[in-house]
Amino acid sequence: MTGGEALLSALEDHGVNTLFGYPGGAIMPVYDKLYDHKEKLNHILMRHEQGAIHAAQGFARVSGQIGVCMVTSGPGATNTITGIADAMIDSTPVLVIAGQVGTKMLGSDAFQEVDLVGITQPISKWSYQIRSAADVPWAVARACYIATSGRPGPVVLDFTKDAQIGTLDYQPTIVDFIRSYVSNPQPVEGSLEQAATLINEATKPFMLVGQGVLLGEATAELEELIKKTDIPVGETLLGLSAMPSAHPNNLGMLGMHGNLAPNKATNLCDVLIAVGMRFDDRVTGNLETYAPQAKVIHLDIDPAEFNKNVRVDVPILGDCKQSLKKLTALCAPRNHQSWIDSLLPYTEEEHKVVCSKELRSTSDGSLRMGQVARLVSQATHDEAILVTDVGQNQMLSSRYFRYTHPRSLVTSGGLGTMGFGLPAAIGAIYGNRQVNHDDKKPVVLMTGDGGIQMVIQELGTIMEQQCPVKIVILNNSYLGNVRQWQEMFFKKRYSFTPMENPDYLKLSDAYGIKSKRVVSEEQLNEAIAEMLSYDGAYLLEVCVEKEGNVMPMVPIGGTISDMLLEP
Amino acid sequence: MKEALYTIIVHSENIAGVLNKVTAAFTRRQVNIETLNVSASSIKGVHKYTITSRTDAVNIERIVQQISKNIDVIQAHFFLDSELMHREIAMYKLSTDILKSQPAISQIIRKYSAHIIEVNEVFSILEMSGVDEEITALYEELRNFNTILQFVRSGRVVVTTSSFEHVDDFLESRNKEHKLSRESCWSKDA
Repeated sequence: MTGGEALLSALEDHGVNTLFGYPGGAIMPVYDKLYDHKEKLNHILMRHEQGAIHAAQGFARVSGQIGVCMVTSGPGATNTITGIADAMIDSTPVLVIAGQVGTKMLGSDAFQEVDLVGITQPISKWSYQIRSAADVPWAVARACYIATSGRPGPVVLDFTKDAQIGTLDYQPTIVDFIRSYVSNPQPVEGSLEQAATLINEATKPFMLVGQGVLLGEATAELEELIKKTDIPVGETLLGLSAMPSAHPNNLGMLGMHGNLAPNKATNLCDVLIAVGMRFDDRVTGNLETYAPQAKVIHLDIDPAEFNKNVRVDVPILGDCKQSLKKLTALCAPRNHQSWIDSLLPYTEEEHKVVCSKELRSTSDGSLRMGQVARLVSQATHDEAILVTDVGQNQMLSSRYFRYTHPRSLVTSGGLGTMGFGLPAAIGAIYGNRQVNHDDKKPVVLMTGDGGIQMVIQELGTIMEQQCPVKIVILNNSYLGNVRQWQEMFFKKRYSFTPMENPDYLKLSDAYGIKSKRVVSEEQLNEAIAEMLSYDGAYLLEVCVEKEGNVMPMVPIGGTISDMLLEP
Repeated sequence: MKEALYTIIVHSENIAGVLNKVTAAFTRRQVNIETLNVSASSIKGVHKYTITSRTDAVNIERIVQQISKNIDVIQAHFFLDSELMHREIAMYKLSTDILKSQPAISQIIRKYSAHIIEVNEVFSILEMSGVDEEITALYEELRNFNTILQFVRSGRVVVTTSSFEHVDDFLESRNKEHKLSRESCWSKDA
């Protein structure tokens, strides 16, 4: 068979059944073979390559399986760069297959030639150019293994045209070992015991939960450890949904726009246990004043994370599913009720000063983003898969949604990619079907008017594929997050943040997507109910307070426990 | 934080593109590479990089962690000069006329135990191996005679004074771990 067909067979052999892509000249031999593989490989034609990669990310984040994106060479390939960088920093397993000019043309500045391997090396876990058809089964196998093992990440296969056309004798191939790459590292001897001693002796332990717990499918193991040790927990943005919001030990989100209690706890605790998180600057604030009083235990599968930002006393290398289990066995049962109780006043204070306000309309009747988010969450019985864009919509939705099951938040954390939301929500639909086999859990996209316009063309994909995405545009006619910073730190000089919007209802209409616009609380509940009960995609434009702010907030470089509750 | 000269030793699979990833770990942190030497190692299919760089202890640890993280990098470690035996080779192309007319130059050459490896009517070539300071010192002395036509140095080669270089042990144990799996993935490329 040809290299192109071998690629498709190899994907099938690795359990791939969904592709997000966009054809073009240099990948045509593969698309030609795809015509015969349509039964096994569901190809979703996106409207832009950036949409294809973000959809693959959304798929991977919800399903836990590799998301695959296929594009042509040159501009097709470069349009995926943002998504590759996003997947790298957020540890998302995606495979990008890009066409490339023929090997004889390489390096000649041929039409639609770009050095994709060179461009993607710093932002991918592995990138490789396939130059002969015989290489295909091995390259796909190696790519899938690297993307999904260890700390997951994006991989890139740059597929030259002659390798697509050339022939080979196809044999299914699996790669599960690379001698230079240890995908399942083990803890250093004694480190678990050391950590357990610290935890057992701690009077004010505090745990930070990151996405590693979700990636390592360790939510049950985490639950066990907390049950036994009674340690209170804060989650990173990407760690939200690793633990139910309603869990009594769950203090909420960490970091710049997180909750007050977990940020306070960070600087009050005597032992800090970080699980599968990387001490991002949005989590730590000023490193000089970050938990200086605490002994730090850090569980991670990536040794490069130890001591990267925060000095670690006890690093525990390895898969957190195993480490958490072993740690639970070594830890003594504890009751930390009085420590947890001492943190409750912070939660109450935040509720009084910030949340109670954010959860109701303004005095002149304008809706607030947090209010909308909480109502949508409630209307789904907190069962929705939340996808967000980036900015105020992201912070307020993730803060006010409530989570009941793992992998129910898809958001661009590390890279903060505006335009991520809409295509990621499309991918989330397929990811949800992949693992749950139906659309019972609604996929709700909470986006801003800025972010959705970056990728508005993907309404075409939703139309064509009948993707039942519930789109909520929190429209404040501003690039709200930047405007907030201008208000707080740039003397209200609103430099290019006010934004005129199209008529979203007319746009939806053009794409045959049902839609509604609401401006008041009276209309909102009914509209949410209608959106959720509607069989198919729905766009709900919610006109919200124009100059709302995300609070509380730790200003850049500030101390994490010194949160501003008001601007 | 105090800066020092570090020597970084990296072992990687012999494939295109690894060098890029190794050097990117430095450039991303705005750390200059002083010398870089890449060669085949004693293990078949494994390349060895010897890099020197002046930076602080925190940076060097992070850089080496990031290098180790690359899929095709087998091991990366860093050392201070006190943990190494290190040498460089330098070649000095001198004007033969000046060399003949200035007997003092011959004395200098002997002082540094340098060798003359080529003499013709126009130029002569001097070769010397030694530590960085000696090579620089010889250069400075010769420069006083205005005789140097070209000068080149190789970059550092090192052996560690500790019993490092467990790369082959590491690879052996990795292979043992995966006896059942097929040959190492790179065997097809070798």
